[in-house]
Amino acid sequence: MVASARLRIGVLALQGDVDPHCAVLDRLGALPSTIKSVGDLDRIDGLILPGGESTTIGLLLAKSGIGAAIREHYRRRALPLFGTCAGLILLAKTIEETPDQPHLGLLDVTVRRNAFGRQRDSCETVVPVPLFGPEPLRAMFIRAPLIVGTGPNVETLARWRDHAVLVREGSILGSAFHPELTNDERVHRYFLDRIVTLRSPS
Amino acid sequence: MEQGTWKLKVGLAEMLKGGVIMDVTTPDQARIAEEAGAVAVMALERVPADIRAQGGVARMADPQIVKAIMAAVTIPVMAKCRIGHLAEAQVLQHLGVDFIDESEVLTPADDHYHVDKRVFTVPFVCGARDLGEALRRIGEGAAMIRTKGEAGSGNVVEAVRHLRQIVEQMRRLTVAPPETLMAEAKALGAPYELVTEVAKTGKLPVPNFAAGGIATPADAALLRQLGAEAVFVGSGIFKSLDPKARAKAIVEAATYYDQPDVVARVSENLPGAMDGLDIRKLDEKELLQSRGW
Repeated sequence: MVASARLRIGVLALQGDVDPHCAVLDRLGALPSTIKSVGDLDRIDGLILPGGESTTIGLLLAKSGIGAAIREHYRRRALPLFGTCAGLILLAKTIEETPDQPHLGLLDVTVRRNAFGRQRDSCETVVPVPLFGPEPLRAMFIRAPLIVGTGPNVETLARWRDHAVLVREGSILGSAFHPELTNDERVHRYFLDRIVTLRSPS
Repeated sequence: MEQGTWKLKVGLAEMLKGGVIMDVTTPDQARIAEEAGAVAVMALERVPADIRAQGGVARMADPQIVKAIMAAVTIPVMAKCRIGHLAEAQVLQHLGVDFIDESEVLTPADDHYHVDKRVFTVPFVCGARDLGEALRRIGEGAAMIRTKGEAGSGNVVEAVRHLRQIVEQMRRLTVAPPETLMAEAKALGAPYELVTEVAKTGKLPVPNFAAGGIATPADAALLRQLGAEAVFVGSGIFKSLDPKARAKAIVEAATYYDQPDVVARVSENLPGAMDGLDIRKLDEKELLQSRGW
């Protein structure tokens, strides 16, 4: 692949596990860049919202104006968005229990924060993803949310214990777990190949 | 399904990167910290400045305080146990805290050994003044390292010294010939496998945060620029005149540490930082950082 054809993927760098996402993107041949200002959004083909604390990132999204800018890029050019854990919470339309915390509200799902409980309830497990073939996905849930409701246009790509944990709606992908912390790159590859590539003007 | 694994411990530390962890002593303070954008709170009975002023033996907080703070916020809650006090650590794990700080701020319970952190399912953070100390703690199972700095002093100089020391020692290892690494491990007093790993990657195998004496947004920005991946603020927030405003300002400075215009804006009109101490005027026995081995 020539350098000019590499996908430019932003990773929101207000707080959270930014580096692991950049490392996966690097390995997959995309061009990661960290996003801390509104202007940074102009130069990217897709945006990842990493794990971290959703309350912290939400506050900084509101204060910096980046939140409003992401909504604008999504509305205007369907900017592909991928949120993991806290990123999923920020993308969700509805957050149970703390509905007023600042968030983007773009993905038609309801999430339950800290659905597993505290850190001692965090777990490593495997999640079947039919779309990715017979080999299940290794998944890490760290103080993770669960998706407890999905709108009519939301496609559930993976479930774990009766709850959706990997969903897609148009150009938005959300996972309750952390694909960036395992060596299995299939979720990021799906985001790049099946969402970003198809949306980018060639 | 597995729980309490090494990856899950380091994973939670990863999630706190870029953030500010704040010391709190009441549920109200915890809520103020959460609303200001803290990524986690440290539940304590007394902040380090008060521990320093009041003297006596400083111990793990009353479980009732820890539970009340856990009930008050949705962000992770950390709590401190004394160095080597494995029973306090067991109590904190039982209470369900998300991270245990085996901390020199409390009075050490064991003058030879630290807690064997590998046998716990909850992750631990430990303080360090140099690379050898950091790698010994990681060898014992710490999933996050923070500089010790000088807690409760309101003076950032020791945190800067410790962070620079660790970063410089890591840099030296990256250019050290392979045949010298065993001697380096011996000199550092650190596990050989961890020394070779640092020599290869140039960084600690776990997140590396800063703590001890951070009192202003610019302090946070300084330590982030020197390589700290997040900051702990102890007495610096609730010993200042307007904790809410200061907490918010330090959160922004930790994110925009490389943008002086932002650090300038958030520093403006911030009422009274905590009083600071001149470390050189402290007696050796008053230093908290020399606790731990």
